[in-house]
Amino acid sequence: MSTTDSGIPDRPRTLAEKVWDDHLVVKGENGEPDLIYIDLHLVHEVTSPQAFDGLRAEGRPLRRLDLTIATEDHNTPTLEIDKPIADLTSRTQIDTLRRNAEEFGVRLHSLGDKEQGIVHVVGPQLGLTMPGITVVCGDSHTSTHGAFGAMAFGIGTSEVEHVMATQTLPLKPFKTMAITVEGELKPGVTAKDVILAIIAEIGANGGQGYVLEFRGSAIRSLSMEGRMTMCNMSIEAGARAGMIAPDETTFAYVQGKPHAPQGQDWDDAVAYWRTLPSDEGAVYDAEVFLDANQLEPFVTWGTNPGQGVSLSDIVPDPASFTDPNERAAAERALEYMDLAAGTPLKDVAVDAVFMGSCTNSRIEDLRAFASVIEGRTKAEGVRVMVVPGSARVRLEAEAEGLDKIFTEFGAEWRFAGCSMCLGMNPDQLAPGERCASTSNRNFEGRQGKGGRTHLVSPLVAAATAVVGRLASPSDLPALEKVGA
Amino acid sequence: MEKFTTHTGIAAPLQRSAVDTDQIIPAVYLKRVTKTGFDDALFASWRQDPDFVLNQPAYQGASILVAGPDFGTGSSREHAVWALRDFGFRVVLSPRFADIFRGNAGKQGLVTGVISEADLEAIWAAITADPGIRMTVDLEARTATVGDLEIAFDIDDYTRWRLLEGLDDIGLTLRNEDKIAQFEARREAWRPRTLPVR
Ligand code: SF4
Repeated sequence: MSTTDSGIPDRPRTLAEKVWDDHLVVKGENGEPDLIYIDLHLVHEVTSPQAFDGLRAEGRPLRRLDLTIATEDHNTPTLEIDKPIADLTSRTQIDTLRRNAEEFGVRLHSLGDKEQGIVHVVGPQLGLTMPGITVVCGDSHTSTHGAFGAMAFGIGTSEVEHVMATQTLPLKPFKTMAITVEGELKPGVTAKDVILAIIAEIGANGGQGYVLEFRGSAIRSLSMEGRMTMCNMSIEAGARAGMIAPDETTFAYVQGKPHAPQGQDWDDAVAYWRTLPSDEGAVYDAEVFLDANQLEPFVTWGTNPGQGVSLSDIVPDPASFTDPNERAAAERALEYMDLAAGTPLKDVAVDAVFMGSCTNSRIEDLRAFASVIEGRTKAEGVRVMVVPGSARVRLEAEAEGLDKIFTEFGAEWRFAGCSMCLGMNPDQLAPGERCASTSNRNFEGRQGKGGRTHLVSPLVAAATAVVGRLASPSDLPALEKVGA
Repeated sequence: MEKFTTHTGIAAPLQRSAVDTDQIIPAVYLKRVTKTGFDDALFASWRQDPDFVLNQPAYQGASILVAGPDFGTGSSREHAVWALRDFGFRVVLSPRFADIFRGNAGKQGLVTGVISEADLEAIWAAITADPGIRMTVDLEARTATVGDLEIAFDIDDYTRWRLLEGLDDIGLTLRNEDKIAQFEARREAWRPRTLPVR
């Protein structure tokens, strides 16, 4: 292979390869991993304690405090946030993060702070997440940040310690998979539906070992919020990361954010960012194509994110799966979900609707949800929770009056955090309860022991909250005065 | 991580096979927020039995564990290595280790030497005949000596080198400190900063 003077291969490269090459500290020889520089390290309370303790035990400092930022999210309550956290394990994790941040000098946004929130909402809203950088966090949904054309992936606790001490990681290059979505999305079909359809297509393990690059006209037409939703869930296809090439939409989103580059730095950055999209003729290790025109609102029926169908479809018969493992998984899933094969999904009644999580809790998601429920009444007996991804999103929503729409509808308007995305804080489903959720994982017990999760978009979540059964906005009777 | 060349200490016989990581450290201890201080968790349920080998006066302060085959199987928890290390163990000898456990051990400075089943029996016989007898483990020579018994153990060259040099993963990376610093010197100004530049 021919290389340029800088050691960079002289051939068409993908977005992922370019970002990788530009972060090479040491090229691994003889099958050894490359040493990759990390531009941004996001920290939260669950996966950091032992990393800090490891540094302490070895007497090592945290190398780059100016590339590190911490927030509290997984364990934080979303009500009465001024009271001490009741659960002992949760409180210990939060207190430990606070002590560690203080001792090591890490910037921390604690509960009650304007910038506190889900770690993957905080990075982009501060303008820290930008194209062409490497981002890591001890959390699998770090893939979210790939929406900006960053290389972003989750790491384990020993890697967290490694990044703290060295600002690098030894890594083997990932394979690349192009997922091209061409065409125009029908009204009511969102980024969430696209990614659920992709995962159903390639399977919950289909992305294993790959960095996915989402491309095509349907992807280019998405907002940054939508792109974040897509990349967020690339991990649910088993991928290491998801990426989308930066473009004018990306630049416009980053510009003016608190930490966005300014002046000459901004010009330099944009000039570089424009070089990042995959070159004509770049070779991917795998390619997948989807027709955007065919997509419909999507919903999961099972207990992994790959077990999904169009909302207008029926619960599949396990016997229809040819692969014996898939068939067995479907049987188990239907039993857990208490669903009978052949049931139209629109007949499935829910007990709860959860609007939140790092997949769908940004301002645009809240607006979408509000646009459907405005002027309508909540289905009786359905519990509806709306949880902003960050304190800043909460403030923004209140400034727009969205909170009024939520509370008038009968939804609970909460403080920011991971909330009912996972059963680590007080927001949980009771055993047997069924929930339409805008989060990213429908695993058994994920939202609380025995809870049953259907993954949906904010629009479907909203319509479901109105009807009490899984529904899309097009199923709702027209309002006399239609909302936004 | 401390360099390991030779170590002399009391050898304790753990006369069981297939000791899995749940037995080394039960799951309830995984809730902790530290990476050290797991000495109380090591073999927590077995230690409730006063006759358990590590409860016997002769083996107090033991630092070499001689265990039956298939040590460290089961869940991949790194805590199993931390618990052994925090209790004071520097070496575990066994005819077979689970791969993940062994990988974790090498990263944390715990020597895992593979010995033959015949040598295992010979060592057990020697240390139970004279409880509290000290053993010398020479990592350079890959030998363990107790009384007049000297046996050879196996450990791969790379792990042995890391242990001799006292290099954990971070230590290994920091051998490239100069390259990291050079990379940092040429990073563009527009890249994100979470703090005002100091
Ligand atoms: S919102 Fe859910 S998926 Fe996202 S970081 Fe929190 S727990 Fe993880």
